[in-house]
Amino acid sequence: MENTARVKAEEMVGRIDGRLMKNKAIKGIFLTATVFTSIILIILLYRIISQGAPYLSWDFFQNFASRRPEQAGIKAAVVGTLWMMSVVIPTAAILGVGTAIYLEEYAKKNALTSWIQMNISNLAGVPSVVFGLLGLTIFVRVLGFGNSVLAAGFTMALLVLPVIIVAAQEAIRAVPNELKEASYGLGATKWQTIYRVVLPYAIPGIATGSILAFSRAIGETAPLIVVGIPTFVAFLPSGYLDSFTALPMQIYNWTSRPQVDFHNLAAAGIIILLGVLILMNSVAVWIRNRYQAR
Amino acid sequence: MALTAVNSTKNNQAVQAEEQLVYNTKNLNLWYGDHHALKNINLGIKEKDVTAIIGPSGCGKSTYIKTLNRMIDLVPGVKTNGIIEYRKRDIFSKDFLVEELRTRVGMVFQKPNPFPKSIYENIAFGLKIHGIKNKQIINETVEKSLRGAALWDEVKDRIHQPAYGLSGGQQQRLCIARCLALEPDVILMDEPTSALDPVSTLKIEELIQELKEKYSIIIVTHNMQQAARISDKTAFFLNGEVVEFNATDTIFNSPADSRTDDYISGRFG
Repeated sequence: MENTARVKAEEMVGRIDGRLMKNKAIKGIFLTATVFTSIILIILLYRIISQGAPYLSWDFFQNFASRRPEQAGIKAAVVGTLWMMSVVIPTAAILGVGTAIYLEEYAKKNALTSWIQMNISNLAGVPSVVFGLLGLTIFVRVLGFGNSVLAAGFTMALLVLPVIIVAAQEAIRAVPNELKEASYGLGATKWQTIYRVVLPYAIPGIATGSILAFSRAIGETAPLIVVGIPTFVAFLPSGYLDSFTALPMQIYNWTSRPQVDFHNLAAAGIIILLGVLILMNSVAVWIRNRYQAR
Repeated sequence: MALTAVNSTKNNQAVQAEEQLVYNTKNLNLWYGDHHALKNINLGIKEKDVTAIIGPSGCGKSTYIKTLNRMIDLVPGVKTNGIIEYRKRDIFSKDFLVEELRTRVGMVFQKPNPFPKSIYENIAFGLKIHGIKNKQIINETVEKSLRGAALWDEVKDRIHQPAYGLSGGQQQRLCIARCLALEPDVILMDEPTSALDPVSTLKIEELIQELKEKYSIIIVTHNMQQAARISDKTAFFLNGEVVEFNATDTIFNSPADSRTDDYISGRFG
């Protein structure tokens, strides 16, 4: 009887050592990957901070661009980025959340909507240069905005729009059906259900996704180059049709100069850009945790 | 002369019987895509009755109760024909707004589904969507509804606390209170105790006995003993058809159809 058993406990126990070895080896591979990534990140941060930190001063924030590195500052770029974001945030948020609500709550699920859905997902992966070309054609040339805050802001809004739509759709889809049924069951209209049940539940997800998308808009350079945003600007925009410059443009400009001092200024600019991004991502994490705790 | 008198009394009785119906379903058919889920349903549901709908899984009982307040509209690909009259008005007609139907007919769901808000806000929700803003009216209605659902004494000190802090049974009674706030005519209950423990189930059953004084109740249940305990009339659904509809006593003690007998004596389902 024992001889005919196909599975033998002794044999299996004998293999445990080998399995544990493999277990350890795999863990080692993952650990190495993490350590390697961390080291690269630390080197990068160290280089930028050691280069740029000495240049961070009140004057650096107060001064405009200059041919002389000691007088050059980042004021125009910081203010310009704020101006641009004041176009990007409302445009992308309203269009993105509106589209997401329509697709999730109103649109019939048919071939057309699934085709639109597929295209939105694909747009999220289109290179940013392509959005730059779109902005150049439509906003700068056809609509005649020139290389203004408005043109760049709309271009960036289009760039981040697919990401916001997809994030908002996922947040809306995560709203439990039972809650919507409860609302409809009490005689609520569709809009009342969306406004009082769906959106309050989905807002944390929508906000988190949107903020991450907006921080991408702050860091993108390629669309600004294509739209023709200048790099050397010694004034602040006073309206949405004025020309301006933005943080990544200023950094790009400084790194392409021959003088070492300008490279250090670029590092200082990167520190500021990183600071803004970390701040925005922290806000996103904070919102997520706050609402999850409830 | 005498004959016509008799006839007219008969007619009167018929009219009276008709008048007492909250729901009258006539030749209702329903399809999910190609699946014929409800087949030629004819049911007259009397007011102030507790009407139980029993049957095995997939027999169409939940589909039917969801059709009564047109929650079934939320499911894509559903087709219906036939008539459901609520107080003599066809619920599928264009003049009968679905929002009005659902205001007059409340619904309690299988899983307790309070909103992620406070106990107070859960009940105020229905009033607010119907444009009632007066704080005093809302406060009074919240208390009255919670009392009506036998929940007031347990929660009166914490009505501004999140509803998710309540136990499952309390949450379900909160959902009933949420219905009561709108002073409905009919309350539909779709297996309201299937997610609850026996003690909470008993409380809900007792509550249903109190509620039937004021409201007509239609309850879908998996639990035959529950139907026997609480209902006045019982409809037995099988494969999308009404096999038998009669007084609960008759259904459970002397069913006319052998399939009903098989089901209630536990031979299938």
